[in-house]
Amino acid sequence: MKATVHVTLKSGVLDPQGKAIGHALSTLGFSGVGEVRQGKVIEISLDETDAAKAEADVKAMCERLLANTVIENYSIRIDG
Amino acid sequence: MTLPNAAITDEVVAEHGLTQDEYQVVLRILGREPNLTELGIFSVMWSEHCSYKSSKRWLKTLPTDGPNVIQGPGENAGVIDIGEGLAAVFKIESHNHPSFIEPYQGAATGVGGILRDVFTMGARPIANLNALRFGDPDHPKTRHLISGVVGGIGGYGNCVGVPTVAGEVNFHPAYNGNILVNAMTVGLAQADRIFYSAAAGPGNSVVYVGAKTGRDGIHGATMASKEFDEDSEEKRPTVQVGDPFTEKLLLEACLELMERDCIVAIQDMGAAGLTSSSVEMADKGGLGIELDLDRVPVREEGMTAYEIMLSESQERMLMIIRPESADEARAVFEKWDLDFAVIGSVTETGHIVLKKDGVVQCDIPVEPLVGEAPEYDRPHTPTAPQPMIAAADVAAPKASLGEVLALLMSCPDMASRRWIWEQYDHLVMGDTMIRPGADSGVVRIRDTDRGLAVTVDCTPRYCLADPKTGGAQAVVETWRNITATGATPLAATNNLNFGNPEKPVIMGQIVGCVTGMGDACRALDYPIVSGNVSLYNETEGTAILPTPVIGGVGVIENVNKLATPALKAAGETLVVLGQPADRKDGWLGCSLYLREVEGREEGAPPPIDLAAERRTGDLVRALIAEGAVSACHDVSDGGLLVAVAEMALASKTFGADVTAPEGAVAHAWAFGEDQGRYVVTTSDPAGLIARAESAGVPAATVGTVADGGRLTLNGMPLISGEELSRRHEAWLPKYMAAES
Amino acid sequence: MKSAIIVFPGSNRDRDMVMALRQASGSDPAMIWHKETEIPDVDLIVVPGGFSYGDYLRAGAMGALSPAMRTVKERSDKGVPVLGVCNGFQILTEAGMLPGALMRNSGLKFVCKTVHLKVETSQSLFTSGYSDGQVISVPVAHNDGNYFADPDTLDRLEDRGQVAFRYVAADGKPGNNPNGSQRDIAGIYNETKTVLGLMPHPENAIEALHGGTDGRGLFDGLVKALH
Repeated sequence: MKATVHVTLKSGVLDPQGKAIGHALSTLGFSGVGEVRQGKVIEISLDETDAAKAEADVKAMCERLLANTVIENYSIRIDG
Repeated sequence: MTLPNAAITDEVVAEHGLTQDEYQVVLRILGREPNLTELGIFSVMWSEHCSYKSSKRWLKTLPTDGPNVIQGPGENAGVIDIGEGLAAVFKIESHNHPSFIEPYQGAATGVGGILRDVFTMGARPIANLNALRFGDPDHPKTRHLISGVVGGIGGYGNCVGVPTVAGEVNFHPAYNGNILVNAMTVGLAQADRIFYSAAAGPGNSVVYVGAKTGRDGIHGATMASKEFDEDSEEKRPTVQVGDPFTEKLLLEACLELMERDCIVAIQDMGAAGLTSSSVEMADKGGLGIELDLDRVPVREEGMTAYEIMLSESQERMLMIIRPESADEARAVFEKWDLDFAVIGSVTETGHIVLKKDGVVQCDIPVEPLVGEAPEYDRPHTPTAPQPMIAAADVAAPKASLGEVLALLMSCPDMASRRWIWEQYDHLVMGDTMIRPGADSGVVRIRDTDRGLAVTVDCTPRYCLADPKTGGAQAVVETWRNITATGATPLAATNNLNFGNPEKPVIMGQIVGCVTGMGDACRALDYPIVSGNVSLYNETEGTAILPTPVIGGVGVIENVNKLATPALKAAGETLVVLGQPADRKDGWLGCSLYLREVEGREEGAPPPIDLAAERRTGDLVRALIAEGAVSACHDVSDGGLLVAVAEMALASKTFGADVTAPEGAVAHAWAFGEDQGRYVVTTSDPAGLIARAESAGVPAATVGTVADGGRLTLNGMPLISGEELSRRHEAWLPKYMAAES
Repeated sequence: MKSAIIVFPGSNRDRDMVMALRQASGSDPAMIWHKETEIPDVDLIVVPGGFSYGDYLRAGAMGALSPAMRTVKERSDKGVPVLGVCNGFQILTEAGMLPGALMRNSGLKFVCKTVHLKVETSQSLFTSGYSDGQVISVPVAHNDGNYFADPDTLDRLEDRGQVAFRYVAADGKPGNNPNGSQRDIAGIYNETKTVLGLMPHPENAIEALHGGTDGRGLFDGLVKALH
C-alpha cells in the first residue's frame, strides 16, 4: 500500500515561507491570492495490506517522527 | 537515450562534441569503431573541461614549482609546505554553467566538488572561498541568480561545517547570460600523509565509496565545454543535486580511513564521474583497470554502461586498496552509513576494461586515451592597446568628493557584501581570526599559533583592456591582500574563465592573461599549484569579460601579530607605502571612478611594476611583524580615499583627516587606481618613512586618524562615517529586497 | 568538571565545543558517538551544533531519536546538567526535553553574525559566570533558530524564570532579533534549570582572537558550579 502524509504548520504558527510564496504570486500578477501556507508531502510504500493497520502504523510514524505536533498538523491518505 | 549498440554516425560523433579529426584518432587508437560507451568515454576525456585542449599549451608556461611546493598541478589539488610538518592543500574550481541553469544546486555542488578535491588528498578542509560574477543588476535574472547561488554555497558549506571566510563579487552586463561561480577550498594535512591518485599494484581492488550512482549530470563535462544557446534552460536535467550531509559523512569516513594504512590511491569522482576517475588513476600508475559495472551501487534500475560511466552523481570516490584491507575499510564506511563496493581491480593490461551483464562493454588502451587527447595551438589575436587617459583629461566631478566617495562605495561592485557573507557560516571550527570583508580571510591552524591567509581576486575590466596587465594584476592583488594581514604569500591556484577559445580574440585574451600571470608569479616567487579552466562562457556570441581568478594562500607564524584594516587610535598617522610623496594625481584609466562617475569604460589599466611590488610588500610584512604599524589595508578598486574610508568604517569608531599634496588633482589623487600601494597607520611616521626610504619604497604621509567618524580632505568635510557606512551597507540588501 | 559531547554524523561544532571545555575545565570531554547508549559518569552532557542527520525532515528531528539521546534523557531525569547549543537546542526540543520548537528563520536565510544577548538571570548553573541582566555578545549561525511556543507556554516560561537569554540591541534594549523568535528568546531552561538550550554559540567567543570572550562566562561558570 501507499501512504501519503501531508504535514502543514498549525494555524496560528507563523509561516514565513508561505508568506514569501504568497507575496511572489501577487507580484507575478496572480490576483485574488489570499493566505498561502506551505508544508511537506511524504510518500511511503508499505508492505501492510490492511488499510486500517496501515493507517495506524503511519499515525504512529507521524507522532514519533514525521510531524512535530508542537507546530505541525498532519493528515494521512492510504491508497491500496 | 540512444542504445549502446546504436550505429556511430557523424551526428552521434558531433553530439558528443568530437570533431571528425578527433574521431579519426579514436578509430586509430582502437583499430575499430567504438561502441557508444567507448565514444562517450572519449567524448568526456577529450572535452575541454577534462583535457584542457585549448589552454594546455599556455598553462605549461606558468611557474608551478618552488621550495614550498609539495605537489603542483595534475593532482586533485595543489599541496604546499606551511611549516611544522603541516601542508596546505587547495584548489579553485568553476561551476559556472550548472549555476546559471539551476543556481542553488549548481553552486552547492560546486562547493561539494571542490571540498572533495581537497579531502581526497588527506586534508581536512578548513576554509572555503568563492569568486562570483553576475550580470547587470537591472537584468531580470540577476536577483534570482544571486539568491540561488548564495543560498547554495551556504547550504552546502554550512552543513559540511567548513567556514566560508572570503570571496569577491562583481557585476557586469557581460555576465548576463553566463554567471561565474568559482569555489575554492583550503585544507590542512600532515605534510608526510598526502594521498595521491596514481593506481598501483596490479591485483589491488578498485573500491567505490559514497553515494549511489543515478542518471544525474550525464554530460556535464561536455556541457561545461559548450557555448550556451537559448535552449540551455532545457538542459536542466543534467544538473546534479547535492547532498551535503552525505558529503560530510564521506569526508569523515575518508579521513578516518586515511589514518590507517589501507589506501593505495584515491580520486574524487567529479566531472565525468567514474570515467575520468578510473582513467586518470590508471594513467598515472601506467596500469590498467577492470571494472564490473554490475557491482556499482546504483540509484535507478536499468542503467546502461554508458549512463553509469558518464553519470555525475555527487559525493562519490574511487579508491585503490589492497584486497586484505577491504574488511577494515568497509567497516569504516559502514560506520558512516555509506556505500562501499569493490567494483574491480588494477591490472597490468594498460587497458580500461568495463564489463556489464558478463559482457565486455568497453576496452580502451589508457595511454593513448590520455596521451593522445587533442591539444591545440589555437590562433590568437592580441588585444589592441587601449589609450592612456591622463588625469588632466578627466574633468573634476560635478558632485562633491564626499558624494563621489559615497557613490563609489555604494555602487554594485563596491557595496558591502554583508548580505552575502552573513548567509555563510564563517565561524564554524572556531578558528576564524579575520572574518569576511577584510583583505584576506584568516584561519588559525588548530593547536598552533600559525594562521593561513586566503583570498580570491581578479579585476576583469583590467583584463579586458589589457589581458597581460590584468593577468598580472589578479596575481599581485591576491599577493597584496595576503601581505596586508602580515602573512607571507606562498602559492596560488587559478581559475581561467573565458569565452570561446576558437575565436582568435578570446584566445588572445587567454594567452595575454596567462602570460601576465606567469610573469607576476615568477617575480613574486608565488607558484601556481592547481587550477581549473572554464571556456565557452558565451551566450549567443557574447563573451564574458576575461576573468582569470586567482586564489592565494599565505602563512603567518603568529596570529597574534595579524594586521587588520581597522583604524586603531586617533592621532596616528596615515602613510601610503608604494606612493611617492610628490604624486599629485592618480591613474584614472579603466578605473571604477571613470566608469561610475563618468560612465566611461575605457583606457589602459594602471601598469604594474613587479619589482617595486615585491619591495613594497616585503617591507609591509616586515613592518607588521615588528609591530611598527597598527593597521594595514591594500589600495585597490576606488583608490586611496576609498581605502582610507574602508579602514575608518572597519573601526566603527574612528575617522580620518586626509591631506592631499598642494596642487593635487584631487579627484585623480583620491580615486586613481595606481597599483602596489598599502595604507598603514603608525604612531612614529618619521621612523616609518625612514624605513621605507632605506628599503627603496616610496612613501607618502596622507593624514591622521580622527576621533569619531569624521572624514575630511584638506580640512573640508567629505561625509560622516555614519552616513557613508549606511550607504555602503544599504545597496545589496535593498537591491535583494526589491521586486524582480 | 567531567563532560561528554554527543557526536552525530552531521555535528560540526563538536570540535569547537571541545576547545571551549578544554580551556575552561582543563580536561577533554568524552566524545560519545550517537549510536552508543553508554555515557560515562560525567558532570555535564553537551549536545553540540551542526546538522545531526542532515536536518532533512526538521532540524534535530532524527537526532532526537538516536540511541545516545535516550541515555541523555535518562541522565537528565536524574539531574545531570545538559547543554544544547544550536542544533543541540533543536534536538532537545524535538526530544521533548525543552518546550517549544525551532522553526525556519523569519528571514528565510541562514544567518551568521555576532548578536547581543541579555542574560536574564545569573541564578543558574549555566549563567553563574555572568551578572543579572548582563549584555554579552556572541555569534549565531543557524537556519532554524526561530523559537516558537504557544502563548501559554511562553507565559509559563517567563513566569518561572525559564528564559535564559534574549536577543537585544547593544544597549540591552529590545531589538535586533535575528530570526523572528517569539519574545526575542535565544535560550531557555527546563523547569529545574538543569537543561539549557540556546541558539547562539558561546563556544565561538572564548578568546580575544575570536573577536570577543563573552562566551567564556558560560563555561567558567559551569566549571565553578559543577566543581
